[in-house]
Amino acid sequence: MSQLLTRVDRRAHIAILLLIAIAVLVPVLALATPPRSLFHLPPYLVALFGKYLCFALLAVALDLVWGYCGILSLGHGAFFALGGYCMGMYLMRQIGTRGVYADPILPDFMVFLNMKALPVTWWGFNHFPYALLMIVLVPGVLAFAFGWFAFRSRVTGVYLSIITQAMTYALLLAFFRNDMGFGGNNGLTDFKDILGFNVQSDATRAALFAITAIVLAATLLIAQLIVTSKFGKVLIAIRDAESRTRFIGYRVENYKLAVFTLSAVLAGIAGALYVPQVGIINPSEFAPTNSIEAVIWVAIGGRGTLVGGALGAVLVNWGKTYFTGALPEYWLFALGLLFILVTLFLPQGIVGLVSRRRTIPEAPRGGDVEEGKVDSADVPAAAR
Amino acid sequence: MDQATLTRSLLYLDGINVTFDGYKALRGLSLTLEPGEMRAIIGPNGAGKTTMMDVITGKTRPDEGDVYFGGSQDLTQLDEATIAELGIGRKFQKPTVFESHTVEDNILLALKAPRKAIATLFGRAAADQQSRIDRILETVRLSDHRDRFAADLSHGQKQWLEIGMLLAQDPKLLLVDEPVAGMTDSETAQTALLLKAIAEDHSVIVVEHDMDFVRELGVKVTVLHEGSVLAEGPLEAVSADPRVVEVYLGR
Amino acid sequence: MRVRNIAALLFLTFCLCTGLIANAHAQSFEEALAGFTTDEYSDTDKAITELAASGNPRAADIIGALQDGRLYFNTDAKKVYIKDKSDVPQDAATGTPASGVSADDLSPVRLNNRLRRTVDAALGGLTLLSNDPGRRFDAAQSVFKSREESALSALDTAIGKETDPRIKRALMEARAAILASKTDAAENVRLGAIETIRARGDQDALGLLSGIAAASEGPLRNAAQAGIGAIQAKLALWNNLQNVWYGLSLGSVLLLAAIGLAITFGVMGIINMAHGEMVMIGAYTTFVVQEYIRSHNPALFGMSLFIAIPLAFVVTGIIGIAIERSIIRFLYGRPLETLLATFGLSLILQQAVRTIFGANNREVGAPAFMSGTFDFGGLAITYGRMWIIAFAIIVFIALQLVLRLTPFGLRMRAVTQNRRMASAMGIDTNRIDALAFGLGSGIAGMAGVALSQIDNVSPNLGQSYIIDSFMVVVFGGVGNLWGTLVAAMTLGVANKFLEPFAGAVLGKIVLLIFIILFIQKRPRGLFALKGRAVEA
Repeated sequence: MSQLLTRVDRRAHIAILLLIAIAVLVPVLALATPPRSLFHLPPYLVALFGKYLCFALLAVALDLVWGYCGILSLGHGAFFALGGYCMGMYLMRQIGTRGVYADPILPDFMVFLNMKALPVTWWGFNHFPYALLMIVLVPGVLAFAFGWFAFRSRVTGVYLSIITQAMTYALLLAFFRNDMGFGGNNGLTDFKDILGFNVQSDATRAALFAITAIVLAATLLIAQLIVTSKFGKVLIAIRDAESRTRFIGYRVENYKLAVFTLSAVLAGIAGALYVPQVGIINPSEFAPTNSIEAVIWVAIGGRGTLVGGALGAVLVNWGKTYFTGALPEYWLFALGLLFILVTLFLPQGIVGLVSRRRTIPEAPRGGDVEEGKVDSADVPAAAR
Repeated sequence: MDQATLTRSLLYLDGINVTFDGYKALRGLSLTLEPGEMRAIIGPNGAGKTTMMDVITGKTRPDEGDVYFGGSQDLTQLDEATIAELGIGRKFQKPTVFESHTVEDNILLALKAPRKAIATLFGRAAADQQSRIDRILETVRLSDHRDRFAADLSHGQKQWLEIGMLLAQDPKLLLVDEPVAGMTDSETAQTALLLKAIAEDHSVIVVEHDMDFVRELGVKVTVLHEGSVLAEGPLEAVSADPRVVEVYLGR
Repeated sequence: MRVRNIAALLFLTFCLCTGLIANAHAQSFEEALAGFTTDEYSDTDKAITELAASGNPRAADIIGALQDGRLYFNTDAKKVYIKDKSDVPQDAATGTPASGVSADDLSPVRLNNRLRRTVDAALGGLTLLSNDPGRRFDAAQSVFKSREESALSALDTAIGKETDPRIKRALMEARAAILASKTDAAENVRLGAIETIRARGDQDALGLLSGIAAASEGPLRNAAQAGIGAIQAKLALWNNLQNVWYGLSLGSVLLLAAIGLAITFGVMGIINMAHGEMVMIGAYTTFVVQEYIRSHNPALFGMSLFIAIPLAFVVTGIIGIAIERSIIRFLYGRPLETLLATFGLSLILQQAVRTIFGANNREVGAPAFMSGTFDFGGLAITYGRMWIIAFAIIVFIALQLVLRLTPFGLRMRAVTQNRRMASAMGIDTNRIDALAFGLGSGIAGMAGVALSQIDNVSPNLGQSYIIDSFMVVVFGGVGNLWGTLVAAMTLGVANKFLEPFAGAVLGKIVLLIFIILFIQKRPRGLFALKGRAVEA
């Protein structure tokens, strides 16, 4: 165990300890201090910080594939949303007769749409363990199936990015449809309770926050152990020189598939934690823009550093909260500028800037990032 | 197919044709390599040297022809990773190392060990792993640089690191593409010594333009031209062949 | 049944009358008119029949007025009047204004349902012989639909006199419609009629034949059913052609949106996520041009698109060059970073347009030549769509010519194929990069002008096209303009054929999934360039 812990660098140590501290501190400040106290944390802030941590978890998941394996997924928002929908379906089924139409089985929107019976996709979601299983399985299986085709066919670089974007776009269109049975445009909302606790109550919110912080800390720890293992070294090797890795005998597609699936599962968990804290999940979570925004969190924080992704997610979303409150007109200008400035002037991100150890090699000029260093003849898969 | 009836050669290429968009990169290339042999392959640009390596390592599927390794393995049916695990290592023309890994990690990744994802995630390092790494670093003269990032090495050092990675794979056959391109004269001489040492217990194919280097290796030479073998034999005999002279000087 | 007999009588009389002398005409005309003044249905009925039979040129006008409720009579004067549109009474017999007649003294000639049918039949027969070809044609069509047996003799007469082949054909079809459904007609006559109806081959013919098939037996039924099959096949064919047309129309929109991307992404390898915003800016350029024309020179409105197209090209082209010089050139060889930076740029451009023009849709008008529809065979073709297809093809051809025939095109191809060599030969590669990116952006701007005609002009316009555009370019094969053309058209047509089965949204999802799978099968697209040059 102690030998394992030496593989966790100082950065991650600090982040993990910090997360554990706030997992304890925030609930205390929110619940155990009098409302007028200087240290009191109003409940809306707890929910807001909880949301940031969910985004941070998504960013860590994305960094695992992009920062360490060079797979720029523009569809991670889809895995996040799928996890969220699984949780949302559990929460919907908890409403029971307290809905507007008071149907013991069917959620309100189904009654409204004249659906007679519960669709198969909703079966079992009244059981929390089943919902938990689905939160892991649905994004995981989708990522596995998608990756199985994509990585085997050696779709790389920009092409992969574009088809991941198309994937989330297709899901966006699908979930907008009422007959998909997931609430269409309005999505799932008006949740009442989770495991018997009122989702709106301050105590539940504080607990959800604490759980999110602990999950994030655990994810950072596990991710750190993964990337420092030989497995992680192979991932970095794939990122730097995919063909070379193949020629020394590693089955690149299996490594990519493993890390992509793991990352999708983490994104799904982030989504599942997100939904009870914000109280709604709708198809707009699938919007391609959301996925790209997550990429910029990682880029700003520093790709290939794990902690950087989490940091970037919190900072950018804090900025978003500030801007959309104070200067709503300018948020997109600010975000757009961030994209450009970071890619042009801060390729290592914030963490990369303060860290002495280089994390990403300078990309070669004039070639593809993955294939750039390989000699001349790289023949398309179709020619084989 | 039965191993014994097929061929006793380590590598057996017969009638290989490869076409890219109507351009015939290889036309009826045939070549055999005996176990333990070192072979130099020369030829002008576009002769098909790199394409031949692509075919052997599974990067390119030939349109026609047979490629057998160790007498029985049909390489045309296998992918790069499987071929690498069978024991064929390849060094690229441009040095290709993992730039954001340390020199030691580069060797570690290449070291002969289970390649499956599960094994690399949970497996334990073999007991003799460190001593093997040390030995290889010694051979390629990079012991003093083991903790440096590969990106920070000089061009020649990167070439050696790549040869070191090849050794770490412990392959039966090494394919070495232009190992001395861009090297200084002394580095070239050292590389020749290194390759000769390696050839003592490995089969090696060296593709090279540098005639002095080929002469220094002192092995059988195959001349490729327009995708097939033009001449084969000792360097002196080959360079006296009027067809070879014409190919190199005639245009 | 009585009405039919009377009508038959009417036409029989009518036919006989055509041979009689004018005097007799005049006499029967006066007598017939008097029949309207008794205020008895039976007399009115007789009057209509006689009037129609009189052959008088006023007959059609008078019966038409009766149908519209504008025919009045005065019992005392025993005279009949027609009120014109301004309620001024005219003498029905002469059509001249009737002076000294007070509207109070006039009573309307009343109609009941039975009489209305008499009126319709009489008018149908009269207009079959009208001097106006359009009215004759319409009369033939209405007889086809009503299948009034009484019109048969009038039809025969009209067919004999008709010289216009189109109308003659319509008359024959009307006659066939009557004969085919006439149960007492000879079987071979009816069979022949069914053939004629089958040849007509539209929805009305289909309905008629279905009725016959249901009501008859033996060879008639077989013939009708064969006819139904043939017509359905024909209609299905037209329906498919219409779908192809819609598909080509959608495909041309995709082509317009994607073709600029085919230059920047396909040829230069730059991932420009702000490409959709170039399209959007082109659409807003159209809006600005139209606003300027409206307030300064409304007469020029018909020309607004012709002004907007070059202007949009220049505006977005310059923006494109500025983007290339200020951002993209620092990111060559780093496609993923380029993707992120240009996405940031797209956010900024969207917000800038939102700040300047507001978040709501802006109204862009269609000049006269862009609106309206015409029929081509069984196809309904809107002018707007047709010109957009034409425009897309023109842009495609022009682009091919620029790339193949101009010195700039030559240099651009040289730079894409071998940057270092081109540079060594004295080509200013930086300049070519900037111009090529400007060209791609400019084409996107022109696409925006076309799209402003069929889509909402809003700051989000570009976003809805960017994923589709990438799909088209990747599907067609990167670096291959012909591939882009084929891919755009294929996807457009496939989309329109999927829609009836799957609905618009699901159809689109199916296509997206198809392309995702396709790219994984053939990562380099439909028309992939093969070989070493691709990745060297």
